[in-house]
Amino acid sequence: MAEHDEWLYEINSKQPLLAIDFKEIWRYRDLLLLFVRRDIISAYKQTILGPLWYLIQPLFTGVIFTLVFNNIASISTGGAPPFLFNLAGITMWSYFSQCLNNTSNTFASNAGLFAKVYFPRIISPMSQAISALFKLSIQLFIFTCFYIYFVLKGFAISPNYTLWFFPFLLLIVAILGLGTGMLISSLTTKYRDFRILIGFATTLLMYVSAVMYPISEVQNSKALSEYTWLIELNPIAILIEAFRYMTLQEGIFNWGLLGYCGVLSLVVFFMGLIVFNRTGRNFIDTI
Amino acid sequence: MSDIILKAENISKQYRLGTVGSGTLRDDFKRSWAKLRGKEDPFLKVGAVNDRSQKSTEDYVWALCDINFEVKQGEVLGIIGKNGAGKSTLLKILSRVTAPTTGVIKSRGRIASLLEVGTGFHHELTGRENIYLNGAILGMTKAEINSKLDEIIDFSGCERYIDTPTKRYSSGMTVRLAFAVAAHLEPEILVVDEVLAVGDAEFQKKAIGKMQDISQGEGRTVLFVSHNMASVKSLCTRGILLEQGNIKLEGETDTIVNDYLNLSSAEFDLKQRTERSGNGKIKINNAQFLNRSNKVVQVISSGDYLKMRVSFDVNEEDFEHLIFGFSISDVHGNLKAMTVTDEMALNINHLINRGYIDVEFSRLPLRGGSYNIQLVLSENNTSVKNHLDVIDNALNLKVLEGDFFRTGKINRRYNALVLDCNIV
Repeated sequence: MAEHDEWLYEINSKQPLLAIDFKEIWRYRDLLLLFVRRDIISAYKQTILGPLWYLIQPLFTGVIFTLVFNNIASISTGGAPPFLFNLAGITMWSYFSQCLNNTSNTFASNAGLFAKVYFPRIISPMSQAISALFKLSIQLFIFTCFYIYFVLKGFAISPNYTLWFFPFLLLIVAILGLGTGMLISSLTTKYRDFRILIGFATTLLMYVSAVMYPISEVQNSKALSEYTWLIELNPIAILIEAFRYMTLQEGIFNWGLLGYCGVLSLVVFFMGLIVFNRTGRNFIDTI
Repeated sequence: MSDIILKAENISKQYRLGTVGSGTLRDDFKRSWAKLRGKEDPFLKVGAVNDRSQKSTEDYVWALCDINFEVKQGEVLGIIGKNGAGKSTLLKILSRVTAPTTGVIKSRGRIASLLEVGTGFHHELTGRENIYLNGAILGMTKAEINSKLDEIIDFSGCERYIDTPTKRYSSGMTVRLAFAVAAHLEPEILVVDEVLAVGDAEFQKKAIGKMQDISQGEGRTVLFVSHNMASVKSLCTRGILLEQGNIKLEGETDTIVNDYLNLSSAEFDLKQRTERSGNGKIKINNAQFLNRSNKVVQVISSGDYLKMRVSFDVNEEDFEHLIFGFSISDVHGNLKAMTVTDEMALNINHLINRGYIDVEFSRLPLRGGSYNIQLVLSENNTSVKNHLDVIDNALNLKVLEGDFFRTGKINRRYNALVLDCNIV
């Protein structure tokens, strides 16, 4: 019998390090969109306020942050209105944390599905990043509304030319969130310790990510000078600062630092992808 | 031959027993250490044969061991075996849910699996939305689903509810809808596992019909896993019999099925039997056939005297009204006859205390053939929660053609009863 090498595909016990079948992902593009639709539709089904919750969550967080950090702890936000300052931070942070949290739960929450059918597993975290984008756009809308409101009230704020970079900024945030999430999701399948860890780790991470204070405040503070690097090198802090600089002219915008964020995100993303792919092959045996 | 559509080479799958804990972490480190030094995975060398009922000293077990087979285009391959023989593991590997530990599977066509219907159904979405979602999960594109939507809805018979969230559906309706989607998939290879066990009789008939259409009419390749030997026989063209992770037999469906049925009835040691249900207050420990002079017999002629003696171990004495029953099935699992003592208004408690019950036939009313006997012991009534001990296929009885009516004529061989009645 002559061996014809015309097999459509092989299921092999061994696999190259970075085996991503882009053609296959393209074939499943409809599934990606349907997943996104499912996430958006089902998130607030059978609630009275529905998608309004997307508005309420950041608004209240913004109000509380302003009360606590600006009015009580009197953290300076430069020339920008404190509420808008916080809202900008929250908007970017919640996109990152949503990507991270949802992705890190991929295997656990889809175990029933993954145990039954095959589709490129990467579709699942991809759909999470896209449906998080929907939530982000609602929050950006509120941000814009309040922005206009504060401009009308006479605050001297205006976006600057670096705003063109915004889509790329989002891309970096998404890739970073996905990458970290995928790394963690692979670890949680076998050792559940990580699931407990990730819960409070993200909350802690928010406090070192310059969400409700500017980096400059930390740099000026004498008491914290030893730990300034922790925030200065934190990619999320850099990205949030950059967003505030684009929109409110407050913060640090440094191409070198953004380049560092971009490279770091890509490294984390590809590491995550490799680990995710490896885990996806066998995780059903260990979950 | 070029019409081989699927080929499995040396497929093995190893599982770790026990729970995930510090032990697994230690093994993981050993494994990565071996990998770093470029050595082979040290745990691939260990691992016991997968015999579920035996206590094992090893942490690793081979669920599948060096499986090789080929499937030709248009073939319906039945995969049968006892629980834990490796059927589902094989299907999981074939449908790419999990990867094999060693070996390669080569395929010339897309594989879609029906490991369990309704995968990915989201109960908040409507029936229509779920058709799209489920279809896409199973590998269809939106355009494909669009073109078949009416057909799918029609097949499911849930038209009235199609725009209602599926959480309002009855479970049967969900299954119907799910199977309707799956049945309209058009992969080159379809993997089916026990889906026919769901739905009402009408729908089962529809489902089997659809399966036959898929395999015969459309020339699709199907891999079919089931415990229902009747449907395996009617659907499959070839079979594989798995036993403890190895292929025991491969070939014609009839030979495979017969071998499998002998396999499951060959275990007469009822004390060791683990495939039983009931609370075990009383356990059947032995059952045998005796002739008029109390000698053990294996083969009996139709119309002869036969005594079935069933002995018990009484583990707890506090039972109330006991019920004993037995049923006789042919080797395909079709019920032929049954008798239960509560219908006879018998009190058998004292018989249990004696240690055995005798079932006496002065003239055995079975035609020539092979029969399996199920034994049931229950308390007060025969509801499942009152079962003391139930053993399927406890005994196999081979009956030879005989002279039931004492007329000198041998009755016909057929897996059925001889009814004693008056013709006037």
